[in-house]
Amino acid sequence: MESKPHSENWPLWEVFIRARQGLDHKHAGSLYAADVQMAIENARDVYTRRNEGISIWVVESKNIHASNPEDAEEFFDPANDKVYRHPSFYHLPDQVKNI
Amino acid sequence: MDLHSNYIIHLADNALILGHRNSEWTGHGPILEQDIALSNIALDLIGQARNFYQLAASRINELEPGEIITEDDLAYLRDGNEFRNFILVEQPNGDWAKTILRQFYFSSFQLMQFRELLKSQNVELAAISEKSIKETRYHVKWSSEWVIRLGDGTSESHLRMLNAQQDLYPYIDELFIPSDFDYEAESSGAGILPEKLKDEWFQRINSTFETATLPMISEEKKAMHILSGKNGVHSEHLGFLLAEMQFLQRAYPGCAW
Repeated sequence: MESKPHSENWPLWEVFIRARQGLDHKHAGSLYAADVQMAIENARDVYTRRNEGISIWVVESKNIHASNPEDAEEFFDPANDKVYRHPSFYHLPDQVKNI
Repeated sequence: MDLHSNYIIHLADNALILGHRNSEWTGHGPILEQDIALSNIALDLIGQARNFYQLAASRINELEPGEIITEDDLAYLRDGNEFRNFILVEQPNGDWAKTILRQFYFSSFQLMQFRELLKSQNVELAAISEKSIKETRYHVKWSSEWVIRLGDGTSESHLRMLNAQQDLYPYIDELFIPSDFDYEAESSGAGILPEKLKDEWFQRINSTFETATLPMISEEKKAMHILSGKNGVHSEHLGFLLAEMQFLQRAYPGCAW
């Protein structure tokens, strides 16, 4: 595979796989494809060959908007010293399960 | 070998030979993802071939007691004139367009064939078909989308599809010409005469060609029937394919890993 025209011509897609009924779709990876149908089929062939999933989402990578790593300080640091935002100080009755 | 065994072997040989052809793309696909896609299809086909060979082998062992034969004997130790596959599936890969079109032609045929075999009087044949038809449905979907993508793509990809149409045209007729084992399968209720699938096959193919902005093909123009893969008269390409595929078993009999 010496020439790689697809990386210039074909858009990149992010792939999300749902492993079982009731679970969320989880990011599995990314791949190149010419159109949405090919992206889903490529995802099927690349990521679900060993029974990894029952549902696939694909989204063009350009449609994902991410936070900027340079903003990490103002975005995330202020949460560090606000432990009271976590529900850690409540006493749960013994009867309550699944929290 | 009785006719019904030959019928089963015909089904197996088609799957094995096309599976092998597709496997020749492994590591050479146009992009990683499609390399994997075609390799997956190769694996599906070789899996189908194994099921059919196992069924044929157990039938042959039952009818002809003596030396026990296995699926491997059928795949690796028969010569070209004993293979019963279509000439279509042994054709060289050519470019991506030709590989795609060959797959589309064959899978479209196989899908209808399996659909009919679900009703086979041979329950094991029906069971294998039920398992395989899901795979084949995907092969048709995958290959037909590629036919459309290339046909309705750039002028270059369109031209390549036109060339593939020309290259493969002579091998279409054979899909529908019955062999003696087809007649036997029809009369025993094990299978169906392939010509009954002909009109539907052309409709399906042409409807995809229409979407792909490719010219329709007709069944009017007859090819010359010098070759008949189903009767063991193959194109020169099968010999080279078998030489590579069977080399290991022939050079090291009984070799396993």
